[in-house]
Amino acid sequence: MDNKSGQIDELISQASELRWKIGSDYHDKLTEGIYADAASITQRAEIRKDNSASYNFDRMLDKVLTSRTFGFPIMGLILSIILWLTIQGANYPSSMLDSLLLGTVYPFLKDLSSQLGIVWWIDGLLLDGIYMAVAWVIAVMLPPMAIFFPLFTLLEDFGYLPRVAFNLDGLFKKSGAHGKQALTMSMGWGCNAAGVVATRIIDSPRERLIAIITNNFSLCNGRWPTQILIATIFIGALVPAGWSGLVSTTAVIGIAFLGIFFTFFTSWFLSRTMLKGEVSTFTLELPPYRPPRFWKTIYTSLIDRTIIVLWRAIVFAAPAGAVIWLISNIDISGHSIAYYSINFLDEFGFLIGLNGVILLAYVVAIPANEIVIPTVLMLTVAHFGISNFGAGDGVMFDLDSETQTAEILQTGGWTLLTGINLMLFSLLHNPCSTTIFTIYKETKSWKWTSVATILPIIMGIVVCFLVAQLYRILM
Amino acid sequence: MEEVNKGCEDCAFYNAAELKKLGISVENADYVIALAGNPNTGKSTVFNALTGLRQHTGNWAGKTVTRAEGGFKYNDKRYKLIDLPGTYSLLSTSEDEEVARNTILFGRPDVTVVVADASRLERNLNLVLQVLEITDKAVLCLNLMDEAKRHGIEIDDRTLAKDLGIPVVVTSARSNEGIPELIQTISQVASGEIVCKPHRIKSLPKKVEQAVQSLSKKINGLYPELPNTRWIAMRLLDGDQQILSAIKSGDFISSGNGQ
Repeated sequence: MDNKSGQIDELISQASELRWKIGSDYHDKLTEGIYADAASITQRAEIRKDNSASYNFDRMLDKVLTSRTFGFPIMGLILSIILWLTIQGANYPSSMLDSLLLGTVYPFLKDLSSQLGIVWWIDGLLLDGIYMAVAWVIAVMLPPMAIFFPLFTLLEDFGYLPRVAFNLDGLFKKSGAHGKQALTMSMGWGCNAAGVVATRIIDSPRERLIAIITNNFSLCNGRWPTQILIATIFIGALVPAGWSGLVSTTAVIGIAFLGIFFTFFTSWFLSRTMLKGEVSTFTLELPPYRPPRFWKTIYTSLIDRTIIVLWRAIVFAAPAGAVIWLISNIDISGHSIAYYSINFLDEFGFLIGLNGVILLAYVVAIPANEIVIPTVLMLTVAHFGISNFGAGDGVMFDLDSETQTAEILQTGGWTLLTGINLMLFSLLHNPCSTTIFTIYKETKSWKWTSVATILPIIMGIVVCFLVAQLYRILM
Repeated sequence: MEEVNKGCEDCAFYNAAELKKLGISVENADYVIALAGNPNTGKSTVFNALTGLRQHTGNWAGKTVTRAEGGFKYNDKRYKLIDLPGTYSLLSTSEDEEVARNTILFGRPDVTVVVADASRLERNLNLVLQVLEITDKAVLCLNLMDEAKRHGIEIDDRTLAKDLGIPVVVTSARSNEGIPELIQTISQVASGEIVCKPHRIKSLPKKVEQAVQSLSKKINGLYPELPNTRWIAMRLLDGDQQILSAIKSGDFISSGNGQ
């Protein structure tokens, strides 16, 4: 054994001796050697015919999509078209699912349970709590996701995302972050947890941390439908029906771009305070455009993304439904737990242009962003004792007409400000529990996990507060 | 009739019927196969075609940053497939390149399949040549042939196979073309039916070549069962800390699996 370790030491000292002898350009020489071999082998095996036509088409497309003048407008346009198709297209299947799950199945189950003589609180917990929450989540989330994800995946397969990265590279550099962050940011539009894992492509630990912390500002799977829903109900409902699609699309795009702005702003802030350092350079490969394989893409994006995200939402919605029903129905000296919590949070809620109901909904829905809106509406109905919707306290209800929605919102004291701030707060708050866990796994640091969790909440509260004050001064 | 059947047994398509995709069940594998390649060459598509899994694919460089694993069964042998992150080389120290490098070096897969973009052969060969320094048992999967044709590029795969000293299989994994042949070739290399004589980097300056050779001999004396002493010598000359500590601890022998 000693003999062996002696040999190893000898080997290592010989290696370092030789390193000195060869000189510092060894790495370059080795690389050059590999390149020379690759070139000579290629020359023997490759036959290139005239390929100008297809080559030129790709170059032309790149010139337009990554041009200084048209790059950003085209990006906005493409995103707008996708969102508009999602918002417009989701209406019809949503109301169909709604009338099926809530209009037909729910009364049937209620009848069944009363015939069987099931105790009121079991009936309430199971049907008015859990079933309602799950049905609501399916009805409002499945249609927009089933339209949005395939469209987004088609765009990804075509090869557009790296062009987005190319367009944004300069801005990232200016804010002191790595250009590849544009890619992880786009991944975050799918799922923040996936975006955080994707930051492994960034070599520098400093820039990687920036990318991890700011990934939450990319609206994710869970929050796209939420944003679309808030925009449709609270912003779109304010204008004549013909305009509502356009107006709500604009609102959602506004929020998405605001997210990009916050990504840059936070990167800039971090790289000048907590995470100072040099910007590293990298080469970004623009892959060839590939015609996506339409049906396969539709199929895999439905299986991979839609069903997985929906399932996650259902898993979190079921217990949340139970909690909502319980806090609305367990009374302490005459009032429900929800009543006390909402009153307790109301003052602070008012300060930041929200209300106690919304804040309580965020607390209940901490594990998953996607069920915040159903929770908000359920609690609103329960708290303000709106009797002509749903079946009573803590029961989720079905919103099939805009006047009904507006009525509920007015009863709940909602204004345009509440809608706007709800959208802002949905963009700027802590990441979901899965993402927080992923951040810890990637950074192995409680400190940075806490920063990534708390920083967005602080920003959300500050932004909502400022918007509320401004709104109250102006209106 | 018998004659006909015999013909069939040699045919890759007949044998592909014996393929059983095992998804993520990879226990008790007879052979471990690593899938390496440049970013965005369709590694994940090849991976999915072989395992029946639906690892998300996307048209951008650097999509796969972790190792994905899957399995398939072919002619009664179980294969475990590891999809490595796409890298341009194995010479730097970013996390994705280290995952790829360590799996091939320390994990010692039975076959390393390098997936290359047929329309960007020269650049892809840089990685192929580095892989061939580390392992003897490799297959080149020349993917995206449909796209190469669209760009007016043809590749003489026989000459390429001869020059590289490993089997070359031409595929268009998106439409499953060439996958049966790839599976058969993998099994032949794994079982030793095909023996590779991999190309070793030739165009090194004399001084470097001599240094590599003398170190390589020493390493061979210490660890005679190592197939890649030349490559380890090259890394030592570059001052690679991880290789240095592996030499000290003898990690090559225990062959942990890279992570």
